[in-house]
Order: sequence, then C-alpha cells, then structure tokens
Amino acid sequence: MKRKIIDKIMQFLIYTSGVLVCFVLLIILGYIVLKGISSLSLDFFIRLPKPVGEVGGGMVNAIVGSFVLVLLSTLWSVPIGVLSGVYLAESSSSAKPSNFSSVLRFLLDVLSGVPSIVIGIFAYSLIVLPMKKFSAIAGSFALGIIMLPTITRTAEEMIKMVPRSIKEASLALGINYWKTMFFIILNTAKPGILTGILIAVARIFGETAPLLFTAFGNRFWHRSLFGPIAALPLQIFAYAISPYDDWHKQAWAGALVLILIVYMIIFISRKILLKYR
Amino acid sequence: MGNKNFADKLFFSVTKVAAFISFALIVLLFIMLIKESGLSFSKFGLRFFITKVWDPVVEQYGALSFIYGSVISSLLALLISVPISLGIALFLSEFASKKLKEFLSIIMSLLAGIPSVIYGLWGIFVLAPILRNYIEPFLQKIFGFLIFFQGEPYGLDMLAAGIILSIMITPTISSISKDVFESVPRNLREAGLALGATKWEMIKIAVLKTAKQGVIGAIILGLGRAIGETMAVTMVIGNVHEISLSLFHPSATLASVIANEFAEATTDLYVSALFKIGLTLFFVTVILNIFAKVLIYSTTKKYKV
Repeated sequence: MKRKIIDKIMQFLIYTSGVLVCFVLLIILGYIVLKGISSLSLDFFIRLPKPVGEVGGGMVNAIVGSFVLVLLSTLWSVPIGVLSGVYLAESSSSAKPSNFSSVLRFLLDVLSGVPSIVIGIFAYSLIVLPMKKFSAIAGSFALGIIMLPTITRTAEEMIKMVPRSIKEASLALGINYWKTMFFIILNTAKPGILTGILIAVARIFGETAPLLFTAFGNRFWHRSLFGPIAALPLQIFAYAISPYDDWHKQAWAGALVLILIVYMIIFISRKILLKYR
Repeated sequence: MGNKNFADKLFFSVTKVAAFISFALIVLLFIMLIKESGLSFSKFGLRFFITKVWDPVVEQYGALSFIYGSVISSLLALLISVPISLGIALFLSEFASKKLKEFLSIIMSLLAGIPSVIYGLWGIFVLAPILRNYIEPFLQKIFGFLIFFQGEPYGLDMLAAGIILSIMITPTISSISKDVFESVPRNLREAGLALGATKWEMIKIAVLKTAKQGVIGAIILGLGRAIGETMAVTMVIGNVHEISLSLFHPSATLASVIANEFAEATTDLYVSALFKIGLTLFFVTVILNIFAKVLIYSTTKKYKV
C-alpha cells in the first residue's frame, strides 16, 4: 500500500513539472505579448529615440543596427565556419586523421562553452583598443566568434552524413575534387548546414553582453561601420534599467519585436530541418 | 583525393586556412585574456581570489564577493531547477506520448530561445515586484528565524537571480537528462517491472541509477551555463559588492561585475582586474564543460550497440 502511494505521488510530481514549465513559459511570453503590444506603435519602427526626457520616439536605428551586426558577423563567420567544417570532415575521412583536427575540434567545443561576456572583452582588447573606438566591426567580430562553433560543428556533421558513395561516384566520373566538394557534397549537405547557421543567428540576434563594449549602442544612426552602432538587445537593456516609464514601455515593445524575430528564425530552421528529413 | 590539379590543391588549402583561422582565434582569445590580466596578476597574484575588497578609489581589487555571488546564485538555481528538470526529463522519456513529446520539445526550445536581456526585463518588472511584495515577506514570516531569509525584502537580490537562472538552465538540464534517460536500454526497465516494481520504483532502480553519471553531467553543464550567464543576472541581482548570507540581499557575480563596470573602468589596473575576472570565468566554465561532456558521453555511449 505504501509503495503504491509513493508511486502515485512521484508520478504526480513528474507530471506537475511538465505542466509547470509550460506555465512558466506562458507567464513570460504572456507578459511580453501583453506589455509589448500595448506599447508598440508605428513610431517604434520608423523613428529614432527622442532625447532624454522627451516622450515618444522609436528604435528604428536599433532594429536596423541589429540586422547590420548580424549580417556582418554572418559574412565572415559562415565562410570560415563552413570551410573549417569541410576541413574537419575531410581530415577525419582521410587515412591518417591529423592531430591538428582533433585539437581544433576540442578547442571549438571549449569555445562553445565560453560565456559571451568573455568573448565581448576579447573583442574589446583585440579591436576596440587598437582602433581606439567602439565599432560595428568589433561587435560583429564578437558575434561571429560566438557563431563559429555551431556552424563548424553542423557543417562537419552534415558533410560526414553525405554517403561516401556519392563522393566516390563523382570522383570516378572524373569530376575534379574541388568541384565534387563544392557542387556535390556541400550542395547535398546544404539544408543541414543552413539549419545550423540559422540556429546560430537566432542566438546572436538576442546577444547583449558581447556588444556592451564593442558595438556599444548609439542613439542616432550609425555613421559608418567603424563607429558605434545601436542594437535592439542593447537598447532594451539600456531602457529597462533607466528610470523613465516611457522608456520601460519601449523596452517591452523592443522585447516583443526581438522575440518575434528570434522565434521566426527558429521556426524557419525547424521547417528546413523537417523538410530535409 | 583524385588527381590533384592546381584548383584542387587551392581548394584544400583554402579549407586549411579557414581551419587555421578558427584555431588561431581561439588561441588568441586565451592569450589576450592572459595578457590583459597580467597587470592584476603581478599586483595581486592569487590573493585576488580570496580578498573581498573591491575599491577603485584606492586601487584595491579582490574578487571574493563576486565568486561568492556566482557560486550561491548558481547553486540556488540548481536547487530549484534540478528537481523540476529531472521531472520533465522523466516525463518525456517514461510517460509522454509522441505528440506530447513533440509539444514539450517545442515549449523547451521556445524557452531556450528567449534572449537573456528579455529574461532580465521580465525579472525587473514582473518577478522582482512579486518577490518583494508577496513571496519574500511570506518566506520571512515562516522561515524568518533562518539567516537566509532575514533583512528587508528588496526584490532585486540573490533570490531573484537564482530564480531567473533556474528558469534559464532548465531547458539545458532537462533536454540532456532526457537523452541520457532514453539511452538506458529497454530491457533494464522491463526487468524492473517484471520483478513487481511499481513504475516509480522501476524508474529509481533501472533508470536513475543507470543514468546517474550522465545526469550529473547534465547538471554540471547547467551549472556552467548559470555561472557564465550575464545580462539577466546583472539586471536583477542588485549589484552590490557585499557578502551576505541573506538571499534577500543584493549581490554581484563574476559576469555581472564585468558587464557593469567595464565601461567605467578608467585605470589600467581596474581594466586588468576585470580581465582577470574574465579569465577566471573562462577557466571555470571550460573545466565544467569538459567535465560534464565526459560524464554525459560515457553514459550515453555505454549502451549504444
């Protein structure tokens, strides 16, 4: 009898934890949607922030800034990451896997666990200090590094999943090695690699800590990529800890927009993954 | 690799260069952290980690209060998150139908996808007032004799940080524990049930015991996440450099002090001390991650045919 009761209690607790997590998500998302919608206006998308003390204005520069930063990071991180993935996949399929590739694999694993704030101060020391100013370049350098492990690992794994026979068939037909890799292997692995890239993009879109001392934020349009630039998460942070009610409202609006963008990216990556399977 | 003409060689070299750039960046990260924290090392040495005075005015820097903040907030997060995460993982691996599994996995990925700064925003404007007005006075009324629940309920404090972190690490711990549980062979479960064990007893004997190492790995991975988490914690922990046993007292963590003070660090020594904290974070999280992955890997591979 006692055993049965314990069994029932434990089963109940297990079910409860499943319900609890749904409940927590609901509360968080509920607040973001409710507070976000009530604070959102057209101005939010088309106006610059107003000077301190004035009510109104928007975050158009931060929204654009975020896209610029993510685009710049993707531009350098994707080629490096995918090609590193090709290198790792190729060296593991060759007769004698090099020590270098196992070291690199280990280091990428290490990198994926490094807190993003640490990547931020690294980018600061490497780029902001020598240039003597905050810049979009420094921000996207930091974001790109955060993307690197995810992109490289998915690229490596997706390339390895391409059946060996395809590669051999292509080579046997006399197609060059590089053309085989580029047009056949990478093309077959493309949906998987794309999913990895999108997951990485969804993550860096919301990253704040690595941008604090690199992109820095800007209440105006950025003049060049070599100067400070606004980003949506940075702006949300600055407004959330400010003492003004109007800014708090805008922070909620920003949060809603940010989370919609992030979820959209996750949604697309899931769609691609499902279609691919 | 077929016959190597020039283009083939070029392609291979390009991939090699890319791989080398990745490698160099990671090594450079390590080198820069060490180099930039050099000044602080020569001034304070390892004493840095056991002194708690952090005073830019007199240029004295010690990280003890931040280490304390990081450790306590993360442990608090584990205390809340581990039972719930394991519950979710067991629910997914032992009870849920396929439909329900898919549904919960979407819930988890939505939870994991919320950016840190939004958790922080929610923490400031939703969680903190609830803590200040309801939960903390309530805890004080019942457990007020304990040192952990004394002092003025403030809302933006260690407890808030622990709760926010516990939500943030739940997807990590539960999804990895679920994978570990699922790697436990079916016949162990069936043997348990055949011996007349109730479902819970079977879970205890066959699943939890077999998966113990992997679950510990998942928990350590969650700990690593919690220690490295920056924005949400910075926004809710109150940022006070003090060591207090009370959970109602504001505090600061290794990550939050960098986020808060880096921009205003004016002297070389100040910046160097912050880099040293960054280096500490780097080492701690890296070691935790490697340790966790070894544990998880050793469990999930054990039963793979």
